[in-house]
Amino acid sequence: MATASMQRVERENYLNKHYGVGSWLFTTDHKRIALLYLLSITFFFFIGGFFALLIRLELLTPAGDLVQADTYNKLFTMHGMVMVFFFLVPSIPAVLGNFLVPLMIGAKDLAFPKINLLSWYLYILGGVMMLHCMLTGGVDTGWTFYVPFSTAFSNTKVVEAGLAIFVVGFSSILTGLNFVVTIHRMRAPGMTWSRLPLFIWAHYATSIIQLLGTPVIAITLVLVAAERALHLGIFDPKLGGDPLLFQHLFWFYSHPAVYIMILPSMGIISEIIACFSRKRIFGYSFVAFSSIAIAVFGFLVWAHHMFVAGISVYAALVFSLLSYLVAVPSAVKVFNWTATMYKGSIHYDAPMLYAFGFLGLFTMGGLTGLFLAALGIDVHVTDTYFVIAHFHYIMVGGAVMGYLGGMHFWWPKISGRLYPEGWAKLAALTVFIGFNLTFFPQFILGYVGMPRRYYQYPPEFQVLNVLSTAGATILGVGYLLPMAYFLWSMRYGKPAPDNPWNAAGLEWKTASPPPTFNFDQEPVVTWEAYNYDELNRLPVKEETPIAR
Amino acid sequence: MPDSQLTAAHNPALLHHFAEPQQQRDAASLGMWVFLGTEIMFFGGLFCTYLVYRRGYFGDWGAASKTLDVTLGATNTAVLICSSLTVVLAVWAAQTCRRKLLLGNLLATLVLGTAFLGIKAIEYKEKFEKHHVPGASFEFNNVTIPGHPDQYVNPSHAEIFFALYFVMTGLHALHMIVGIGIFIWLTVMAWKGRFTPEYNTPVEMGGLYWHFVDIIWIYLFPLLYLIDRHP
Amino acid sequence: MFDNFPLWPQRASTMAGNVDALYIFLLIVSGLITLLIFVCVVFFAAKFRHRPGVQAEPIEGSMPLELTWSIIPMGVFLVIFFWGAVVYFQERTPPRDATEVYVVAKQWMWKLEHAEGQREINELHVPVGRDVKMIMTSQDAIHSFYVPAFRIKQDVLPGRYTVAWFRATKPGTYHLFCAEYCGTQHSGMIGSVVVMEPAQYEVWMSGGSTGPLSASGEKVFAELGCATCHRPDAQGRGPNLQGLFGKTVQLEDGRTVTADENYIRESILDPGAKVVKGFKPVMPTFQGIVSEEQLNALVAYVKSLSSARPGNAMAAGSPSPPAKASAQGRQVQ
Repeated sequence: MATASMQRVERENYLNKHYGVGSWLFTTDHKRIALLYLLSITFFFFIGGFFALLIRLELLTPAGDLVQADTYNKLFTMHGMVMVFFFLVPSIPAVLGNFLVPLMIGAKDLAFPKINLLSWYLYILGGVMMLHCMLTGGVDTGWTFYVPFSTAFSNTKVVEAGLAIFVVGFSSILTGLNFVVTIHRMRAPGMTWSRLPLFIWAHYATSIIQLLGTPVIAITLVLVAAERALHLGIFDPKLGGDPLLFQHLFWFYSHPAVYIMILPSMGIISEIIACFSRKRIFGYSFVAFSSIAIAVFGFLVWAHHMFVAGISVYAALVFSLLSYLVAVPSAVKVFNWTATMYKGSIHYDAPMLYAFGFLGLFTMGGLTGLFLAALGIDVHVTDTYFVIAHFHYIMVGGAVMGYLGGMHFWWPKISGRLYPEGWAKLAALTVFIGFNLTFFPQFILGYVGMPRRYYQYPPEFQVLNVLSTAGATILGVGYLLPMAYFLWSMRYGKPAPDNPWNAAGLEWKTASPPPTFNFDQEPVVTWEAYNYDELNRLPVKEETPIAR
Repeated sequence: MPDSQLTAAHNPALLHHFAEPQQQRDAASLGMWVFLGTEIMFFGGLFCTYLVYRRGYFGDWGAASKTLDVTLGATNTAVLICSSLTVVLAVWAAQTCRRKLLLGNLLATLVLGTAFLGIKAIEYKEKFEKHHVPGASFEFNNVTIPGHPDQYVNPSHAEIFFALYFVMTGLHALHMIVGIGIFIWLTVMAWKGRFTPEYNTPVEMGGLYWHFVDIIWIYLFPLLYLIDRHP
Repeated sequence: MFDNFPLWPQRASTMAGNVDALYIFLLIVSGLITLLIFVCVVFFAAKFRHRPGVQAEPIEGSMPLELTWSIIPMGVFLVIFFWGAVVYFQERTPPRDATEVYVVAKQWMWKLEHAEGQREINELHVPVGRDVKMIMTSQDAIHSFYVPAFRIKQDVLPGRYTVAWFRATKPGTYHLFCAEYCGTQHSGMIGSVVVMEPAQYEVWMSGGSTGPLSASGEKVFAELGCATCHRPDAQGRGPNLQGLFGKTVQLEDGRTVTADENYIRESILDPGAKVVKGFKPVMPTFQGIVSEEQLNALVAYVKSLSSARPGNAMAAGSPSPPAKASAQGRQVQ
């Protein structure tokens, strides 16, 4: 349809308002910054994914025969660091959050646009430092940096990796700061807290965690770097230090960090399920407050990563109990999402398929968290592939599915184009199948006893490993597909209407793509969130995707 | 304030994405308070580490703390408290259009801040000379635990004290340097007449930051210098 | 299950069944919840698929439903928590009178020394049906002692002792893995636990022992001159170590501590940390002078000076159920 797009008269929007590299690199428009982030995090996603591919290839055979031991140790370390700090933590907030938060609340931009740009530059600086570290020798401590290995025994670039993460952590803090202030101070008239989309509630909760947690990992990495560079003894038992202190400090951030990674995704799922069930999310206030509850309780459970580390039995009891408490709000959300579909009018568009996938995979991942929180079981399965399967179910099956679902949902708004629906559905299915084949065998592997971070293993574990690797290749294809057709759509996709899904939310009341200042006139909100009963009464043009 | 509403559309300091100056002020204020919250968490990790080892190695830490110069530390505390006063006066001067007072107090804050850093430098130099800097050349001899002159002092535990001393006061000093940079910028802006009763948010926000850095020191001083001091 | 393709680990210890029971319970509960969600989603997606002319019904929510699906899961979770806690207590409370094995982990091997004196590298021979307690430390990084068939795992830390225990129930050879990443050959730090019939074990024990660990400890005690100050009469410059192990000790600074393995170890490496009341802090440190193996031997020796065998000094938690008569087939310690 090339001729059609050439003849189309384009309205002025944030994409075509200014041209030139400078207009992008010095932009303060939250939408452009979101796209800058999209490019950068996609880049790091593929780097992290490449490391994963090498890991899975090595694990095809029991012997360590693809790469050397040291190389393998660097691969899983850098896979973890890149995926956690350079992909999962920023992805949804920095891409979809940046793009949508002002639009959803009726604001012209975030509260601090220049700080938003600074945030991206800090991400890039941290990314460059990380790349440099990887290209000049890498780091092999595991993404968890445990001492005294990282301070006294590793011969790799620990300090550099730590400082790269320190820098990118500030990017995360500034994003959180921007969102909190924006949500408090920049809501359009009539946009009360109880009218906010659940996406906003989710990002608000996420931002609280980013603000309170990230500084702690920052200072912990400073201490590790100082100890390693200056031979201090803060964590070294030979000098009177305590290696467990490091673990407490590390996990105090890194546990809440997993909620940073999943909460935004839950926000997306709320939006998608509401839209494609054509009704308000069941139990709106419960879902909203459960996001806050997860953020708060998430700070109280960190030592469930340390049940066999040498903490006292009593401490372990407390943390186990609290870990069960924090599981309740997540369960409540899953039930509310499911209940939303009851007596809805369900559409099977690509975003909804990702939401279905999320429901199944997040449920499984979350339930396996119950296994890990059970002290008696954790002794056996901690530090094995069971844990790896658990967190990949949540991070990949949950967070990444949500991210992809969100990208498919808002792509028409972001780019002004529609993507080919058939390919999108195929990609969703491929990801779902590939994912399960990759990670379900790992639950079994973990329970039969395969420890994590092993590049060679006893031969009886091979069959499960081969299944997992096979799944990984399918999963990889599933991720490449959206890259391909999203890019295709930017040139050849059908132009998108303002509201292709007839969805609720202020972002759909402006053009696709939006003008630079978001709204032609400041919106005044007089309706509740998810006013689908009103929207369902409106006539919808035949060629609109939701009418399919 | 009726004036600001009338001139909202023309107020050069109003950024385009805000509807009115009050919203911009509120956003800046909330932003700074939230940022200071993150700074509390940042220092918090260090304070936690401090608490763990102070409880574990109280005697050795008492000995190590004794070697810090309490006079210099107390002087620095007084210097910072005075500087917080000059900051408050500067903010008031900006709000009430007193240009000379504003400039004077901004400069006084700079002087006091620099004095703080100077005294800190003297202290660091002294620590270096006494080989109390952690690392290969660390030495800790002939220092007794207050009240327990016969008790064995473990140099490794003292080294941990000094490691935390340098990291905590070093991080604080870094924040002071940033603060001085901010106040140089504020002074330049004040000289150019940019601050009016309607628009003095940068001074107020800079002031908040400075007060925060001051409060951190007010905790650091007793925790580091006054462990188990006896007259 | 299948030899080449195990779907379940072997059960070779008394704890394995307990752990598996809880695991199976969790599998059932999770399976049911997953099934419930799956069925609801599929059913709703099919039944309420959009049809032209049929509108979605705006339903706000339901407080009774919210309470139900908050409280019932919470109840189930508490059951799981409690059950898990009970199993954990058992896992972390070694029985009294367990045979002791001292373990020193280092990059990248396991060094084990039985209290009876046998030394092993990367292998641990034990008899069926005997309580075995491992007292473990690391020479360098953090490692973790993991035997899947026994369902036990415990991190091994430098600078202190940690403890794990098991009672093997089935003869055989079982994997021993290091489960805490520790560098290059982390995945090569693999060994085996060889569980033997008691008679076979006696045979194995009788070959190649250098005498009980406590006897080596006594030698080290003499060689390093400890006996000069730590005399059995009350006249030494250091406390009398007879009968010390397991007792509470009053310190110079007012605290009271229990004389467990970590206390003995710390007193050798950092004698100023806990000076006993009534004594001067004149003991020199042996950090760097004494190896981990010598430390283990000294600890075993000090323990042997106590007539009772308070093997539980290291365990935290309430008293465990009394161990069954584990004296069968045991040699004199």
